[in-house]
Amino acid sequence: MRWIAVWRRNFLVWRKLVIASVLTNLADPLILLFGLGYGLGALLPSLEGMSYIAFFAAGTLCSATMFTASFESMFSGFARMHGQKTWDSILYAPLTIDDVVAGEIIWAASKAWLSGATILAVAAVFGLAASPLVVLTLPVAFLVGLAFAAVGLIMCVLAKNWDFFSFYMTLIMTPMTMISGVFFPAEQLPRPVLAFAQVLPLYHGVELVRPLVAGRFPANAALHLAVLLVYAAVATAIAIMFARRRFSA
Amino acid sequence: MSALKARALRKRYGELEVVSGLDLDVARGECFGLLGPNGAGKTTTLRLCLGLTHPDAGEIEVLGEPVPRRAREARRRIGVVPQFDNLDPDFTVEENLLVFGRYFSMPASEVRAKVPGLLEFAGLTGREDARINALSGGMKRRLTLARALINDPQLLFMDEPTTGLDPQARHLIWERLRSLTQEGKTLVLTTHFMEEAERLCHRLAIMDRGRLIATGSPRELIAAHIEPHVVEVHGNGYEAWMEHARALAARVERAGDTVFVYAADVAPVLADLRNHPDLIYLHRPASLEDVFLKLTGRDLRD
Repeated sequence: MRWIAVWRRNFLVWRKLVIASVLTNLADPLILLFGLGYGLGALLPSLEGMSYIAFFAAGTLCSATMFTASFESMFSGFARMHGQKTWDSILYAPLTIDDVVAGEIIWAASKAWLSGATILAVAAVFGLAASPLVVLTLPVAFLVGLAFAAVGLIMCVLAKNWDFFSFYMTLIMTPMTMISGVFFPAEQLPRPVLAFAQVLPLYHGVELVRPLVAGRFPANAALHLAVLLVYAAVATAIAIMFARRRFSA
Repeated sequence: MSALKARALRKRYGELEVVSGLDLDVARGECFGLLGPNGAGKTTTLRLCLGLTHPDAGEIEVLGEPVPRRAREARRRIGVVPQFDNLDPDFTVEENLLVFGRYFSMPASEVRAKVPGLLEFAGLTGREDARINALSGGMKRRLTLARALINDPQLLFMDEPTTGLDPQARHLIWERLRSLTQEGKTLVLTTHFMEEAERLCHRLAIMDRGRLIATGSPRELIAAHIEPHVVEVHGNGYEAWMEHARALAARVERAGDTVFVYAADVAPVLADLRNHPDLIYLHRPASLEDVFLKLTGRDLRD
């Protein structure tokens, strides 16, 4: 549990800038949600038994969680690791690079969870998530955050410079958002594309969150949870491996 | 009991062996200086002693703990002042100490109680709420030193503690370091400044190409490795004079347009120089820097 000191360090910084941080975390997905949701929603019939805006709110909950986790562990993580050398100073204390990586990943997941939870709260206020089952989206959001924070941290510890992240964002994150059912049901994609989406973590987050928002228990919940857990665990192990390599040099 | 003991230490990065068979002994309460040109392996040696990087061969014991195996336990009782300040720019002066104390699992109340004393030690009283970017280079160094003391360490590792500081700031750091040795703390520092090493260190080791080439107190090193007097000569005709001077002194060296004459008795040299009014000269006692240059050579190390 030594990672908690690292988590708390990041939490204290966040607390100083809490208003700006929450606003920026929220503004993007909410503008998208209400802009696209209401605009497109007026043109579209209901999808999977829910209004388009509710359908899209469930997707946005997942994609916003993914983006917050990824940005925190890549950009903010890189700033702490590379720019400010904060990790170096932590390593003078009786903490190891494993503790730092764990603290960073859990921190990014926590911040991402807050993004997801805030979107859920807004959706609930607008009557888009009325079922008590929506509470179960909260642990799912944390798990989605954990998976993407861990993958983001691999990128962070591998990065030589800031440009490195644009490959991951442009070539992986943006297409993943398109094919994972955030904007439209992934099932209408061509089979090979759907199959590809199914090996990526975001799809499984959406498959869990959307039925819950609609008030139904998700099908194959164990499978979706398992995929997210495996992503989180394996990516954390890989991030630790590369971080050890980077820091023991 | 020794504070630090390293035996036959080796560390290789790719083709280059940065530390090649290093033996090191630092006694408790000692201020020990590790001198060496750039690339001698000083920083790597410190990282090895902290357990931040693992040796390819050899053994390290720090405060009785085998490193790297029990490096975390050792680091509980160690303070580190790195070569480049890495204070946390997201926090104020006081928060830097509070957050750092938490990395040692110290209770918040205990850290809080220590902060005023540490700030006073660092000459930063009244600056608790200052942002790190608003501090001068000297203040940052002092805060880094205060941060390294948060866990009341028995042993301090310092990598070039005064590099980049102006003389005032440097003298203040020296004074603080001396008061730490008086408290009985063990200091291990690397430096390029011979003056710093001569003033602060009880014992020194000169390191080059990954191994120790000399150890001893500053006086012992000077006595053992170099003639006691130096005459530096430059000006018109110094090259011709240099050939001539070889007959007058034990050792004559040239660096750029200056001739260095080393001898136990420089009277014949000085007498001869009076016949060469074009030459400008300076007669001084030999210093640690002369030892350093003799042992590591005058070539640039980049």
